[in-house]
Amino acid sequence: MQQPSFLDELEAEAIFVIREAYAQFERPTILFSGGKDSIVVSHLAQKAFAPAGIPFALVHVDTGHNFPETLEFRDRYVKQIGAELIVGSVQDSIDRGTAQEEQGPLGNRNRIQSVTLLETIDRERIDCLMGGGRRDEEKARAKERFFSHRDAFGQWDPKNQRPELWNLFNGAKQPGEHFRVFPISNWTEMNVWHYIRREGIELPSLYFAAPREVIWRSGSWLPVSDFISLRAGEVPTTKTIRFRTLGDITITGGIESEAASLDAVIAEVETLRQTERGNREDDKRSESSMEERKKQGYF
Amino acid sequence: MNVLRFTTAGSVDDGKSTLIGRLLYDSKSVFIDQLDAVAASSKRRGTELDLSLLTDGLKDEREQGITIDVAYRYFATPKRNFILADTPGHVQYTRNMVTGASTADAALILIDARHGVVEQTRRHSFIAGLLGLKAVIVCVNKMDLVDFAEAAFTKVCADYEPLRQAAGLPEVHFVPLSALLGDNVVEASAHMPWYSGPTLLALLETLEPAVPEALSDFRFPVQSVIRPRTTEHHDFRGYAGRVAGGCVAVGDRVTVWPEALEATVEGIFLGDHALQEAHYGQSVVLTLDRDVNVARGSVLTAGSAPQREALLKAKLCWLDAKGHSPGLRYEFRAHGGQGQAMIAEVERVLNLETLAYEPGTGQLETNQIAEVSVRCAQAPTTETYANQRMMGGFILVDPVRGTTVAAGMIQ
Repeated sequence: MQQPSFLDELEAEAIFVIREAYAQFERPTILFSGGKDSIVVSHLAQKAFAPAGIPFALVHVDTGHNFPETLEFRDRYVKQIGAELIVGSVQDSIDRGTAQEEQGPLGNRNRIQSVTLLETIDRERIDCLMGGGRRDEEKARAKERFFSHRDAFGQWDPKNQRPELWNLFNGAKQPGEHFRVFPISNWTEMNVWHYIRREGIELPSLYFAAPREVIWRSGSWLPVSDFISLRAGEVPTTKTIRFRTLGDITITGGIESEAASLDAVIAEVETLRQTERGNREDDKRSESSMEERKKQGYF
Repeated sequence: MNVLRFTTAGSVDDGKSTLIGRLLYDSKSVFIDQLDAVAASSKRRGTELDLSLLTDGLKDEREQGITIDVAYRYFATPKRNFILADTPGHVQYTRNMVTGASTADAALILIDARHGVVEQTRRHSFIAGLLGLKAVIVCVNKMDLVDFAEAAFTKVCADYEPLRQAAGLPEVHFVPLSALLGDNVVEASAHMPWYSGPTLLALLETLEPAVPEALSDFRFPVQSVIRPRTTEHHDFRGYAGRVAGGCVAVGDRVTVWPEALEATVEGIFLGDHALQEAHYGQSVVLTLDRDVNVARGSVLTAGSAPQREALLKAKLCWLDAKGHSPGLRYEFRAHGGQGQAMIAEVERVLNLETLAYEPGTGQLETNQIAEVSVRCAQAPTTETYANQRMMGGFILVDPVRGTTVAAGMIQ
């Protein structure tokens, strides 16, 4: 069982980081996917500035391949916390010809999100994007800084990161460059779940088990939607499924589960011995896939 | 302590990655798919299950078989949460070791039982002392290669004592172990009945390094001013920050620096909750009973007056690939102030081989540790690093490139 005072310490650290981002940047924003980690960051941002309102716009990169629940949740949430919403549309980038759809049976829009994100940063003059990235998620992220510098092409240079000492965060940059800031770097998946329960944070219904129409592909249950085409031998079936992460609907696989409440989900996560990104098709392509995408400007 | 932040440094062959892999594996902190990936990688490389692959993150490192940055690992046991800053050990990565140690309470130092205390042991211990770590665990590794002999272990313990004193380490523990076989990492060793002390994990679970900041005078550097300007909170003016030392309660008299103005704490808030007091480490918002000039960089204090000097004596670690030459200017950044600064004098430079300070030449190169004096354009509000890490640490930033070039500890 998580000791509450450890959560207090993680919360204090995250609030400190969020306030530093506010103080050091001109146009700090939160990259909001509608997933639990970005919801937690938004909650912490509210807490950091109470009784004043949240001083950050929420940026959503819309791949066009959304779970409908994610969009409903996003619009309701933004209204509820009184934040500005900035949407970057991947479809617009494709229509403008700045991004090209991946071809082939494994093609998805995960990689080209980076193009839309950089275009949005440019258009809105954003110099800081806060995100829910955590160091425990993946090997490449274990070396990520709280304040992560990106060059004018949005690239992360893992070999040339700024040293980060104590909690003195350096957001100095040249024109055209920006920062990604990760306030919950030091949290684990378990810490996030325990915090959600403690704070009574509302989550999209996709995190809870319900009967959903799915197909079995690459070791997980992929939701049937207008955006995927069935391959030979794939038969849609209804299973009781929940999702451990939320992303593009064409690549976010669910797991079979009966956990329909927050307590049940937490109990299940505590016993699950598989990392949450294990069900994301995009990370399986190669041993270094996350690192490659980070270098290109993916979160 | 609910969480132990610790650091470890090591190089290719001293078994550090294997030790961490073993700690994660035996404490059941490794997930099935991570293990599958490691098993597949091990197979491709033609080795048995190589636990060191669990911790070597970046692609280049995997290709070169070395650890080149600071990587953070997380694990928890029913007794405690752990945050591990895993750093490379060679002399050219001194800056990474310094970075990893800056946020740690304790350090693991690995010694190969066959070789005993070597140059690298000395350097790692010295850095732990320099960064003010309160506890060190010396892991005497590869005991399987010295037939689990007690004499090899006791020799290392005895040889380490002068180093402990020279490095200024208040608390040192020794554990004989074999990371490869798992002896005394999580499970007690059947091969070393002569050792009755705790396993490494048991020690990590019970270590209580001193936290001088928790007992020091109140220090509160202000990050930003909160003014809602809403009808409901029309006159609200709060100061957001994290308590860097001591504690504060509603009704306490505080002094606001740099103006040295007195005020009384009227309210303490965390989100929507009003608190009666705030302690070291908490991020809160304070309100005062009167309008005083408070901005980012201001510091609220109680008890003894803080240090307010423009000329600071400091130990400095040069981090940047580009060196320092006399006359260059930097941006000084600390919680108690920010502004232009220059290195007035490089007094002595540490020889990383002999660990003796030698006269400085005025220049500084990557990884060098030196005693310097720094002249700030405006005096910041500080403390000595030994008393308060948060108020006593600073960085120097290159004013053009924006990179962090040096880290300093005020003496």
